[in-house]
Amino acid sequence: MKAFTLDHADSSASAITAMAAGARTIAGGTNLVDLMKLQVEVPDKLVSIRSIGLNDITQDDDGLLIGALVSNADCAADTRVRQSWPLLAKAILAGASPQLRNRATTGGNLCQRTRCGYFYDTTQACNKREPGRGCAAREGFNRIHAVLGTSEACIATYPGDMAVAMLALDAVVLVDGPGGAREIPIARFHRQPGDDPSRDNVLEDGELITAVRLPAPTGGVQVYRKVRDRASYAFALVSVAADVTMVQGRIARCALAFGSLGTVPWRDAAVEDLLVGETPSPALYTRAAEVLLKDARGFGANDFKIPLTARALAATLHEATKG
Amino acid sequence: MRLPQDDTFNSPDTTNLLDRGSQGVIAKPLDRPEGPLKVSGSATYSAEWKSDHCAEGVLVLASIAQGTVKTIHKDAVLSMPGVLAVLADEAMTRRSTQGTAGEAPVQGVQTVEYFAQPIALVVAENFEQARDAALTLEVEYAPSDTPVAFDPESADAEVELAPDTEPVEGGDLDQAMRDAAFAIDVEYETPGHASAAMEPHATIAQWKGDDLVLHGSYQMLSYNVKEIADCLSMAPENVRIIAPYVGGGFGSKLGITHEAVAAAIASKQLARPVRVVMTRQQVFETVMRRSETRQRIRLAADETGKLIGLGHEALVSNLPDEEFAEPVTQATEFLYSGENRLLKVDVARISRMTAGSVRAPGEAVGMQVLEAAMDELAQATGIDPVELRKHNIADKVPVEGTPYSSRMLAEALDQGAKAFGWDQRRPKPCQTREGDWWIGMGMASAARVNMLVEAEARVTLKADGTALVETDQTDIGTGSYAILGQIAGEMLGLPIDRVKVLLGDTSLPAGAGSGGSFGAISTGSAVLRACEMIREKLAKALGCTEDALELKDGLASGGGKSRAYPDLLAGKDLAETGSIKPGDTADDFSQASYGAFFAEVAVNAFTGETRVRRMTGAFGFGRVLNAKTARSQCLGGMVWGIGSALTEELAFDLRDGHLVNHDLAEYHVPVHADVPAIEVILLEERDAAASPLQAKGVGELGICGAAGSIANAVYNACGARVRSFPLTLDKIIPHLPDPFTEAG
Amino acid sequence: MLTACVNGTDHPLPSDPRRTLLDWLRDDLALPGTKKGCDHGQCGACTVIVDGRRMNSCLSLAQLHHGDSIETIESIGSADKLSVLQKAFVTHDGFQCGYCTPGQICSAKALMQELSDGWASAVSDDITVTPAITKEELRERMSGNLCRCGAYSNIIAALEEVLADHPLHEGASA
Repeated sequence: MKAFTLDHADSSASAITAMAAGARTIAGGTNLVDLMKLQVEVPDKLVSIRSIGLNDITQDDDGLLIGALVSNADCAADTRVRQSWPLLAKAILAGASPQLRNRATTGGNLCQRTRCGYFYDTTQACNKREPGRGCAAREGFNRIHAVLGTSEACIATYPGDMAVAMLALDAVVLVDGPGGAREIPIARFHRQPGDDPSRDNVLEDGELITAVRLPAPTGGVQVYRKVRDRASYAFALVSVAADVTMVQGRIARCALAFGSLGTVPWRDAAVEDLLVGETPSPALYTRAAEVLLKDARGFGANDFKIPLTARALAATLHEATKG
Repeated sequence: MRLPQDDTFNSPDTTNLLDRGSQGVIAKPLDRPEGPLKVSGSATYSAEWKSDHCAEGVLVLASIAQGTVKTIHKDAVLSMPGVLAVLADEAMTRRSTQGTAGEAPVQGVQTVEYFAQPIALVVAENFEQARDAALTLEVEYAPSDTPVAFDPESADAEVELAPDTEPVEGGDLDQAMRDAAFAIDVEYETPGHASAAMEPHATIAQWKGDDLVLHGSYQMLSYNVKEIADCLSMAPENVRIIAPYVGGGFGSKLGITHEAVAAAIASKQLARPVRVVMTRQQVFETVMRRSETRQRIRLAADETGKLIGLGHEALVSNLPDEEFAEPVTQATEFLYSGENRLLKVDVARISRMTAGSVRAPGEAVGMQVLEAAMDELAQATGIDPVELRKHNIADKVPVEGTPYSSRMLAEALDQGAKAFGWDQRRPKPCQTREGDWWIGMGMASAARVNMLVEAEARVTLKADGTALVETDQTDIGTGSYAILGQIAGEMLGLPIDRVKVLLGDTSLPAGAGSGGSFGAISTGSAVLRACEMIREKLAKALGCTEDALELKDGLASGGGKSRAYPDLLAGKDLAETGSIKPGDTADDFSQASYGAFFAEVAVNAFTGETRVRRMTGAFGFGRVLNAKTARSQCLGGMVWGIGSALTEELAFDLRDGHLVNHDLAEYHVPVHADVPAIEVILLEERDAAASPLQAKGVGELGICGAAGSIANAVYNACGARVRSFPLTLDKIIPHLPDPFTEAG
Repeated sequence: MLTACVNGTDHPLPSDPRRTLLDWLRDDLALPGTKKGCDHGQCGACTVIVDGRRMNSCLSLAQLHHGDSIETIESIGSADKLSVLQKAFVTHDGFQCGYCTPGQICSAKALMQELSDGWASAVSDDITVTPAITKEELRERMSGNLCRCGAYSNIIAALEEVLADHPLHEGASA
């Protein structure tokens, strides 16, 4: 780690003030400390937001408000989440390890950086880490990389699980900052790399995530299907989050989000439109996959993600619709 | 009774004194004596020794693959807070030391031979300062003008016959393949593997005048002192290594590695203790890899399934001029019949970190491929895979004609099959479906060569009637503390709580070290022989013949007399040093441990994810010294088999040879959830030719073929015959039937 | 002054904010029972219990623990006075080299509290209810602790014994 100063904020306001003075926030630290040790991240000022509150989950008629500092473990253990938004609990529990989930926070996990091996290795070219240096992953070992939403500059995935479920659940990210509070639908929170992969999301400088809001539950069948090499404690090769409502044997409502498939948590309205009103069948799943993957492009070692996603989608829809 | 006239093991030892002991501690599943220290966090590992005023060193790795270090911009780093020194000494190592080398590896860190090779050491007052400085250090390089290939398969990779593996040629394999009723000619691949011991390599170096003391994480101390001494051009007598607890080795700590020499040099220069602990990434990048392999297997069988020809040819890799080449065909030489044969290993010279021993070098990857190919033969012939193997157990080693010592392969196959319920297997693939999962069973033989090596140990029967066993043998998790105490307890008639075992210090007699599954039988034989000498003296003191001597619970009886040890010893300790050297038995017999694996897997019909549902292993490795620790060795090996079958793979970037997945997040060793209930059956056996203990090696047996049984089960489950390990889902998916089809 | 309570004793936190909780425990407080296996949250050897919950001490800065109560392996039981859980690890040979062991034991202890609290896991059939304790549940919940020696099934056997002999409210304090 490069030398840095560490201050401790006692409120969102003091955290935002510190951020305005150039400080980066640290909460659980499970991703930031990891990257700082490798000098992938080299902040010179940190402000701890562990004691600013924002660690409650509250429910009202509009849905559920999850404070940014709620740990992943507490979120997944929350009775309301487990009862009404099980997709979120399942996705969180599919990620990392119990130790990490105890420490990682809701806000931090949304900002988790990619696991691309070239991003993590300062001897290698990476536009996300060092804009303009190039992308060594495109022609390198890219088994875990994205097949959708890629650019010349970057093919790295957002690696997490929690945000994938939140995307399927139409979550809204609440932020506060020098320009005041604002709400960002999660579908617009993560940014595709384009020609500037260094920014993973649309947060402005000095903006702090304060909470995530989940709209009222849909009552649909919620399935999180994570496909990975190990049975546990491994990042997804592909994951599918589904929230499906069946009425009289037909798909009445359907939300589908995909993790580790694109450069950002991926959702495609055309796929959902195709499915709604239809009777589930293997042929239907195949058509949905064709729409989802029509622009998918592999880079060699990750080509398999295209057929894998089609299969994972079929498995997920099969499970969610079988009643 | 045979007296130990000569420490060379020239003929089988059928004395079986351990079977005639009265104490009844040998073979018992006793708890590890060091267990309470380990479970309470009070066993001291290498980086944990307190050392006043200790400075911290962090290795600096090359950011190029091949070339020369031109300039190291030390000054900028030396001005950073706390930084004490930047070293790039010629004596620092650039390759890792092979097991039992006993001499320096390639030194000189100004030349870069592979990506992320160590090139310098930064030392500072504390770890944060040293790590920051090491990552900050700017280095200029000149590219190499004699490039070495990164890819063993590329046309510009030089390939030669492996220096240390003699090809085996007999008869005419090509003709046998033409004559065969059933011929299998297939090519398999296995990837590179990492040992990934949980404790990263670490050394604390401290000088006392001309004497160097190292607290370090090494497997074979008597060789390691010579290696360190050779690196530093000093006498081995002036080097002491202390390593009572070693957090796993699996080959990676057989020889000294970069941190040891660097710490010693820094400590000398700074005149204070220096600790160097490698980061996890550095361990992956610089220590040791198991070579990837490409293996061609040819099996020629007659109409009964009997092998008339067997070919096993492998391509492995290593750095230029390294002697070691993964001995892929080692067990193929003796496992099955087939006089027409060609076994051969070629090595490609490439630019990647040193390739060397990773748990069960040779058999770990050779057996899994041979056994997968045997499954293909079973499928082609329609013969049950267990029966096919039994049918091909040879009378003597093909071509060479050497007789076998004790061999429990048939028994392992039978007992394993019975315990597992092999008769429930449905021979055709895609017959059993549970929900989204295809279920299948597979099996494989296990075999691992047995080696007895030179070892010494001192046993002292103390005046107070307790015993002390002393040797520099290490316990890297293998159970040395337990089994050496049990051998002494049985031989000297002492309950285990009256036997103390001191290990891991080169001031003690030189044991075998932990490697090649030979530590227990070699150092254990030295302990046995020391005890034999003590028994001889006890018999004399008691006034009876050795045959009449009975020792139990600290009481010597014989010739109608009976005396407690303190009485018999009359206030004097009785110390003897026993030793063993390999002799004619090594050449007169083909010695190996054998076994059989049975696995049941589930393959997801949609995604190809594979999970092992249960496994059974049956093993014969001579006398069991401790049924608990031996079982654990087998269990651990089978867990490695799961990793090798399904998840473990070193991923290299072929443009610069750098290791992409150099950490435990992306190099996937099995986790708890990957490991099902595993049944281990230990077969009763005595192998008099293997060691005076009638015991053989067990530390590596559990991995040797295990992955083959899993691959065969995958085929049986879903019909995917994947000839590339590990069987990750991307390789299985193209073979899968439509997930919506029914079983059968 | 920033302080944290470690195994019942208050200690001032280190002045360098770079010091991880792990290095502070191992090197400054002379509590080396907590192990460094990867230093990046990928192996679990550094698991400690902070305010009753397990976490990777390698990925946290010591200064972030002001006011926290930290339990390490040294507080669970000493070599001459082992806890029930530690004894079960010895009996079932739930370790070989021993390096991952303190992390496994801290993790197992905290796991029992999580079970007691009714937490679900990724393998729970129905996450809306308190899951039954099965081998599969235990394996999933211990998966943050790697063991390269492969003592996994013995570790699970040790946990099962403790859970069978001691109802959860006792097991958690095993």
